[in-house]
Amino acid sequence: MQFTFKGALAALATSTMLVGTAQAELTGDLRIFFNDQNPAPRAAIEGMVERFQEMHPDLNIDLTLIDREANKTQIRNYLTANAPDVNGWYAGNRMRPYVNAGLFEDVSDLWDGPMGEELASTRPALTLDGKQWGVPYTYYQWGIYYRKDIYEELGLTPATTWEEEKANCQAILDSGRKCYTIGTRFLWTAGGWFDYLNLRTHGYDFHMALTAGEVEWTDDRVRETFAKWRELIDMGAFIDDHTAYTWQEAQPFMVNGDAVSYLMGNFVVEPMRDAGLTDDQLGFYQFPEITPGIPMAEDAPTDTLHIPAQAQNKDNARAFLQYVASAENQTIANEVLGQLPINSNAEVADDKFIQAGFEMLSNATGGIAQFFDRDADAEMASAAMQGFQEFMVMPDSLDAILDRLESTRQRIAED
Amino acid sequence: MTSSTDQSRRSWWARNQVRAAPWLFLAPGIAFFALYVIIPIVQSFHISVYRWDGLGEARYVGMQNYERLFDDPAFYTSLWNNLRWLLLYLLAIPGGLFIALFLNQQVRGIRLYKSLFFFPFVISQVVVGLVFAWFYNPSIGLFNPLIGLFGLGPMNILGNPNTVTYGIIAAGLWPQIAYCMILYLTGLNAVDPEQVEAARLDGAKGWKMLWYVILPQLRPATFIAVVVTVIGALRSFDMISVMTSGGPFGSSRVLAYYMFEVSLSEYGFRMGYGAAIAVILFLIMLVYIAFFLWRMWREERGY
Repeated sequence: MQFTFKGALAALATSTMLVGTAQAELTGDLRIFFNDQNPAPRAAIEGMVERFQEMHPDLNIDLTLIDREANKTQIRNYLTANAPDVNGWYAGNRMRPYVNAGLFEDVSDLWDGPMGEELASTRPALTLDGKQWGVPYTYYQWGIYYRKDIYEELGLTPATTWEEEKANCQAILDSGRKCYTIGTRFLWTAGGWFDYLNLRTHGYDFHMALTAGEVEWTDDRVRETFAKWRELIDMGAFIDDHTAYTWQEAQPFMVNGDAVSYLMGNFVVEPMRDAGLTDDQLGFYQFPEITPGIPMAEDAPTDTLHIPAQAQNKDNARAFLQYVASAENQTIANEVLGQLPINSNAEVADDKFIQAGFEMLSNATGGIAQFFDRDADAEMASAAMQGFQEFMVMPDSLDAILDRLESTRQRIAED
Repeated sequence: MTSSTDQSRRSWWARNQVRAAPWLFLAPGIAFFALYVIIPIVQSFHISVYRWDGLGEARYVGMQNYERLFDDPAFYTSLWNNLRWLLLYLLAIPGGLFIALFLNQQVRGIRLYKSLFFFPFVISQVVVGLVFAWFYNPSIGLFNPLIGLFGLGPMNILGNPNTVTYGIIAAGLWPQIAYCMILYLTGLNAVDPEQVEAARLDGAKGWKMLWYVILPQLRPATFIAVVVTVIGALRSFDMISVMTSGGPFGSSRVLAYYMFEVSLSEYGFRMGYGAAIAVILFLIMLVYIAFFLWRMWREERGY
């Protein structure tokens, strides 16, 4: 008897929550672990918490900010030992280990409502095994950020084809500068280059098949992608000694004008502005076409919030995620973040890079990829990105690198 | 007759006090050693025969992890780097000895110099790593202007697979030399001045004095210095993590770092494989530890 009574209570609680999240005053605790300490993301999450707190004054919210890199190793500990009620993570394959281990809460019920339609564009990225495991709050475009003033000085215009890209690069090299800055110390930056070269050479479907482990790394098509990359490496297009720098440490080369462009995510704009580049000096263009006729696909990683399976206050956490997903919150939060909202009813900030990204992604007929290390299996991503870095330094060892990657792929497939 | 009944009437504690006391004192130490050292070692052996992502269910795979390890080029890179660490790290011992000899004088302000030389050992290895990473940085570091003075070209020490390990070892040597120096300074305090005096009367000086009179008396210090340096080289991890994260493309890994990378780092979900690396590292260390224990035991018995 008592059992049914409890069940009825729970049903009642859920229904009141669904009827009016805004009216229902939440009480108790809400512990949030957010995975970024950089100024803009920090301001964005603090703003979300502040507005949520105003709606629920009696709720005791505790926000902990964790460094982005540190969170990647700490998540395993806190999900199993000391789970918060909400935590920050990434969409795609990157959440699979925690879903498989039963450490993330199934939040499909949130997606069943109107929220699901508003977030429809990222539903596939949050879906594993037919269920949704979290809520996205932002995404951002990748593309080439370049020094507009230097392009003008050299009389160049952003390329739309591979031949133009290389011609521009040659002109930049002739002026004594490098075409691209990059810091490969933390390997993922090289993953961005591979993504774009592969997406443009062979298209979205091939790229997805490769990252899913369905294509051999020694396949000739993979070699073609690396051959395109090698054209740039042989020209000397990239800055020297990039293995020693992080992506932040590679920025001064562009700010000082020693290098002219940077293939990066939109989060690079804020530090560039902080370093003194004005919007007249900084421009953005879409990665140019390589194989004519292939629909353009883009990288646009989605950042997400999840509820750990061992969370203590799941109802409060659900209410928070619902608020995070709302058009109102995503408009404000992404204005602060300088990124794109997922919610289709949210407004896109009036910033030239965000507008450019929004337009590019809305027209990305080829498809939207997450990013190499979120699309590929974790172990494969680690081995492959190490291979990319090695290739950029020693392009002649390509055969050895590809053989190694292929044996890693086969081993993962075996297990 | 009376005495034996006496004996049996006395409590167990009273009878065995002398034998039991040392064990009682040792008990907390043994308990913690077992809990944090012995049991984890056994667990590592156990995990190394499983395939386990650290979160879900473990699957028994027998010796597969070891078979793969012996096919893995990254394992041999790590092993080779461990060997380089081991050999080059030993330079800290002569380095520390000569600084100690130099500082072992009665000069005004010598305590200040001693403190300055000891300073690197006081700061955290992580800080040392960061400072050296900046020092080597090809665009803003001091290293390239410095070698430029000698007409040498700019070098990317930490970004070049051929130089990166030497760069990190050099950074690691800085605090290790300070440590060895302190050991030798303490040892020099115990050198018998009468023997030095006698040797001087016999006409010994310079290298001969050092080699035949001073060094033999420093043997205990040398022994400790070798032990801590070898162990320090084999467990090198923090510097590598801070300065290069094992890169570029894995060329500065050592076994300890590789184990961390495959099992605990950002993309690491292979606890079994990591445990297999840990077991190999443990076996290598065991050889050294056994050797030093044997030597210590022999010396204790000899004198």
